[in-house]
Amino acid sequence: MSTTKEHDVATRPAPREGPRRPRRTRGSGRFFAGLVFLGPGLTYLIVLLMIPLALVLSYSIFQRGRFGGVVYEPTGENFTRLLDPLYLDVVLGSLKLATIATLIALLVGYPTAYMIAMLPRKWKTIALVAIVLPFWTNFLVRVYAWIVLLSGPGVVNTALIDLGLIDEPLEFLYNQGTIVTGLVYSYLPLMVLPLYAAIEKLDPTLREASANLGARPARTFFSVTLPLTVPGVLTGCLFVFVPSFGNFIIPELLGGGRSIMVGNLIRDQFLKARDWPFGATLALALVAVLVALLLAQAWAARRYSRA
Amino acid sequence: MSRIRYTRRLPAAVAAAGALLAVAACGGQSGDTSTAAAPNAPARLDPNANLAKQKLTISIWDGYSPEDLPKRVKDKFGTSMEVAKHATNEEVMGKLTAGADSGIDVAFVSGQYAQALNEAGLLEPLHPELIPNLANLYPEATQLSYDKGNKFSVPYTWGTTGICYRTDLVETAPTSWKDLLEPADDVKGKITLMTTERWLALPAIKALNYSVNTTDDAQLQKVRDLLTSAKEHLLAFDDTTFGDRLKKGEAVMVEAWDGWCPTSEKNIKFVVPKEGSDLWVDTMVVLKSSKNKEAAHALINYILDPEIHSWAAENILYKVPNKAAMEKVKPELKAKDSPLAMTPAQLLQGEPIIDLGKDSQKYTRLSTEVAAKN
Repeated sequence: MSTTKEHDVATRPAPREGPRRPRRTRGSGRFFAGLVFLGPGLTYLIVLLMIPLALVLSYSIFQRGRFGGVVYEPTGENFTRLLDPLYLDVVLGSLKLATIATLIALLVGYPTAYMIAMLPRKWKTIALVAIVLPFWTNFLVRVYAWIVLLSGPGVVNTALIDLGLIDEPLEFLYNQGTIVTGLVYSYLPLMVLPLYAAIEKLDPTLREASANLGARPARTFFSVTLPLTVPGVLTGCLFVFVPSFGNFIIPELLGGGRSIMVGNLIRDQFLKARDWPFGATLALALVAVLVALLLAQAWAARRYSRA
Repeated sequence: MSRIRYTRRLPAAVAAAGALLAVAACGGQSGDTSTAAAPNAPARLDPNANLAKQKLTISIWDGYSPEDLPKRVKDKFGTSMEVAKHATNEEVMGKLTAGADSGIDVAFVSGQYAQALNEAGLLEPLHPELIPNLANLYPEATQLSYDKGNKFSVPYTWGTTGICYRTDLVETAPTSWKDLLEPADDVKGKITLMTTERWLALPAIKALNYSVNTTDDAQLQKVRDLLTSAKEHLLAFDDTTFGDRLKKGEAVMVEAWDGWCPTSEKNIKFVVPKEGSDLWVDTMVVLKSSKNKEAAHALINYILDPEIHSWAAENILYKVPNKAAMEKVKPELKAKDSPLAMTPAQLLQGEPIIDLGKDSQKYTRLSTEVAAKN
């Protein structure tokens, strides 16, 4: 058996006699190999994503117990509560902040990525490391650093006062502006990296051709470079938007808790209000919005790459 | 391999689901009438049980008991003890109400949460004969409104909420909650309020002369309006770092729990506003699900020992409701302006916070509304 099989594989004779059996063994072998390779990933997905998600989904149709906890009586109340203007406002507010942060990150990130892509090779690596470097420090510490910089008795105010530019410390902190600043700062690398990858890949001869045909640099950029890097733009925007939308640390620390985003609302349902069912419902709504965005992004990227 | 794991997990999952349903039945409103009778009957405890054979797990706030408490307990009566830590009441409530047996024997929770746990039928009625040190408590500490007669909880620390401020950075010292909510020009933008629901509402509730336990919608509406207008003059909402902000001078006037106001600093003082405030109590409770109830009682008795209980007062600077322990506290810590100098009679002028059951969601909503307002 085994010799025939080896023979089979090695010489590939015309499939006349008994080609089926060896092929089936090969097929099931591939099945097992697939299982070995996919198994860890699948287990991970099922245990850490599918099951928790199913739990969240099931919590969302139950009620909060009188003392917290979950009462297993089905209700649709959590979903109607989502439509309460109070929560809708929070969701819309978060959408607004996340969108602004994403747009600013794009405006700052695109030129940065472009510049890096145009650098000589040695400098490229250095620049990319510099972009990723902040990630080596804890997120919380980086956010706190902004408080040290911007607070009333902080570094910036002290410097400005010492320089004689102002008399009273300026109030930088604890408003929506600082929330956006924090979001842009935290997630900018996630915008730069996919943009860099997209711009880097671009064939330089396309730009040369455009110039040879008489297009000015601006025209070349808007008609050639930008359209060809749209998939990178979309990926970068998604990478910034998703963590911004559900963030709760930045609004709490840099916003001083004075405005809340969906992330805070969800966190509070679990940790303060002991209302797991409604927290689960909010979390699901968030996931739904993000899945819709992902689908839209995939669709748009496919359309652009085809065009 | 995955199949083995699956079959092994299945019975556990079924058991867990069953347990959850059982708890749901007890915790649900329909079950309320039935919980009173059977499940609340005290277990029969053996005063001569061999404590060395029992094993305790307690859940307590980080830094809220002496680091070497497990060792001391082991030396004292032979029980080995593990300490789980929680950051908030809500966190430990989540653990205690999630399943039939949380594995926790003794939990430290605030009074209103002890009340809620008891109403949910999760607490063991205390056996006073096993806690002779209850005699050390101030008489006032045995008549607290969430648990008159210490039937299911023993107070560990108690205190109130007030205004903590910088004497050198405010023109006039605050005397009223209105100084915090409708501030003078010089302190605008340098004020913090707490975010935890009941304490977020407290300053406005007291400024309007309502009860800290009000559930009246019209009153809560006014509370919300007052807090919303106060928000304009706030630096931030802050539950944890207001003391540091005060020290740095970033804030000059903050809503604070008495023990958290850094009065050891020269320029920082604490005042209970003239409209009054709350009385909060952190308590020790024994879980009905505990299999080590004798050791649990022995632990509570040991903590009420002046030696241990005065540790709390001296190290976390919270008042303890233990007369013998308070007398042991170093006199310099009880200096005139220290919150530790407050007497039980002064403390009891504060209104105890009690659990509001379903109506507690009104406070959740209120705090979301205040936070969402821009």
